[in-house]
Amino acid sequence: MQTKQSAVVGGNNKGFIAKMKKNSTFFLLVAPGTIFLIIFFYIPVLANVVAFQNFQYSDGGFLYSLFHSPWVGFQNFIFFFKSADFWLVLRNTVGYNLTFLLLNFFFAIFFGIVMSQMRNMRLLRVYQTSMLFPYFLSWAILAYFLYAFLSADKGIINHIITGAGGTAIDFYNTPYVWPFLIVFMGVWKGIGYNSILYFATASGIDPSYYDAAMMDGANKWQQIKNVTLPHILPIATLMLIINIGGIFRSDFGLFYLLPRASGTLINVTQTFDTYVYRALTTTSDIGMSTATGLIQSVVGSVMILGSNAIVRKLQPDSALF
Amino acid sequence: MAKKKKVVSAVDIRKFSAGTNLFFNIFLGIFAFTCVVPFVFIIILSLTKESDITLYGYQFWPKHWTLASYTYLTGMGGQVGKSFLISVIVTVVGTIMSSTFTSTYAYAISRRDFDYKKFFTVFALISMLFTPGMVPNYLVVTQMLHLKDSIWALILPASFGVFNVLIMRTFFLTNIPESIIESARIDGASELKIFRSIVVPLAVPGIATISLFSALGYWNDWFNAMLYTDSPDVTPLQYLLVKIQNNITMLTQQAAQGGSTMAAGTEIPSEGMRFAVVVVATLPIALTYPFFQKYFVKGMTVGGVKG
Repeated sequence: MQTKQSAVVGGNNKGFIAKMKKNSTFFLLVAPGTIFLIIFFYIPVLANVVAFQNFQYSDGGFLYSLFHSPWVGFQNFIFFFKSADFWLVLRNTVGYNLTFLLLNFFFAIFFGIVMSQMRNMRLLRVYQTSMLFPYFLSWAILAYFLYAFLSADKGIINHIITGAGGTAIDFYNTPYVWPFLIVFMGVWKGIGYNSILYFATASGIDPSYYDAAMMDGANKWQQIKNVTLPHILPIATLMLIINIGGIFRSDFGLFYLLPRASGTLINVTQTFDTYVYRALTTTSDIGMSTATGLIQSVVGSVMILGSNAIVRKLQPDSALF
Repeated sequence: MAKKKKVVSAVDIRKFSAGTNLFFNIFLGIFAFTCVVPFVFIIILSLTKESDITLYGYQFWPKHWTLASYTYLTGMGGQVGKSFLISVIVTVVGTIMSSTFTSTYAYAISRRDFDYKKFFTVFALISMLFTPGMVPNYLVVTQMLHLKDSIWALILPASFGVFNVLIMRTFFLTNIPESIIESARIDGASELKIFRSIVVPLAVPGIATISLFSALGYWNDWFNAMLYTDSPDVTPLQYLLVKIQNNITMLTQQAAQGGSTMAAGTEIPSEGMRFAVVVVATLPIALTYPFFQKYFVKGMTVGGVKG
């Protein structure tokens, strides 16, 4: 209080110094995070200008090269838009994401409600702990898990197929099975996590609602339809809208490691993220790969802002900003 | 007796009926089983005799059990041990850095006395709106910071998390009463002392939550390693698994194309050894997460709340 008053009394300059001094501890506390954000967010955002360049590294250092590389306008973007990859990548990224959006939405609510209605709490804890296990593992590990089942010559599934007199399937070179595998694995890995929110919401519903419904003669299904679902719907809509913001993003490991980066599967596994990575590492085309990433980021931001605007209209308290 | 029975039935009646309950127990049981059984399978494979795998493929119940894969692990040029050490160092150092940086930032912007709290809140929040992208990050880490093949390339990029800042800020705002801070200040404590000896002890549950998320992220990371490192000296376990997988894919592709040119110096571990590495990378998580589960669950539900 006192410092504030003296700051007002003192001159402009003196006031500024006093203010800095008063806040000095707070500046110290935000310093590491601020440096991090500058190096790992603000400078990389700025570095997106290489999407409009033919980036060349010069002796003047990185930031110097950033502004002294030859400018090429939208050439990198046009190159990407004109390539056949563009439509493939767009189809896969958006297609898979829409599928995940719907299936995760449905299964998370389904599992959440079912779990909230179980009688035996101890068994339920065992189920929940088991279902969370895959969520805590990386795709690097899960890729091996899947391989143990799908390997062409040694996998357990082909064992069963050949044992029944069929011919073994070379899964890692058979594109048409992968959309199903990717969707299944993605939903399977996330269900334990995704259902928690709905489980918590459904468990927190005031029991008197159920009592009232039962008094009116509602059976279990009618109770779920008329009591549980309406309670879950607001948060479910919110999650759905938030997730729409990520429709141009993809889980890199799911699309790259799980199919073991197999070249024959590229038509069904290539998304924006894997495309950018492959462009960077195999062709070293910095301009074009940055341009592709920039398209992804810009559309992503528009989606986030749009979905947030919708949330703010529907449920102002839930808006992110 | 009668009273007790009544209470039980009152709880039960809002749940599934006995028949439905049994049906969904079987359903959830089977699903939960599919979540655990692949790991059990991998453990079995790591304990299977190599010749059994070659002869009969992967089996749930092998004819011969052996610990050979684990004893051989030390033989891979010490790579598994080295990678394990890298993973541990990265996880420990990274988690300490990230939970410290995240908590201090969140605390500052949660304090009303901080005159620039609005600026620093927005300064951090903006980063949630836009992703800089893989290539610009790659350029900054490799060309500006020159961290290619440095262990810091695995630590620094995840040493601060804005989402965790929001979780912690909510935690500070709801769990640390302003009056405690006020009275400590009247007693003459400096801001730093207030933070260290009053706020941090009260914030342990929140810090534990974000530390666990951070530790999990570091332990599971293979992407930064794949992007920023080549050297075996800084290869964490998860990326070692990716490398082994890539080498095998490359070899089988070469074999399919008829050329049997083995890349010189590429040592492909035996099947059992590969699965043993998977077990070594998974076990720390499998053994610890059930004990920390409640913190994770808390973080998940807090995350849904506006910061």
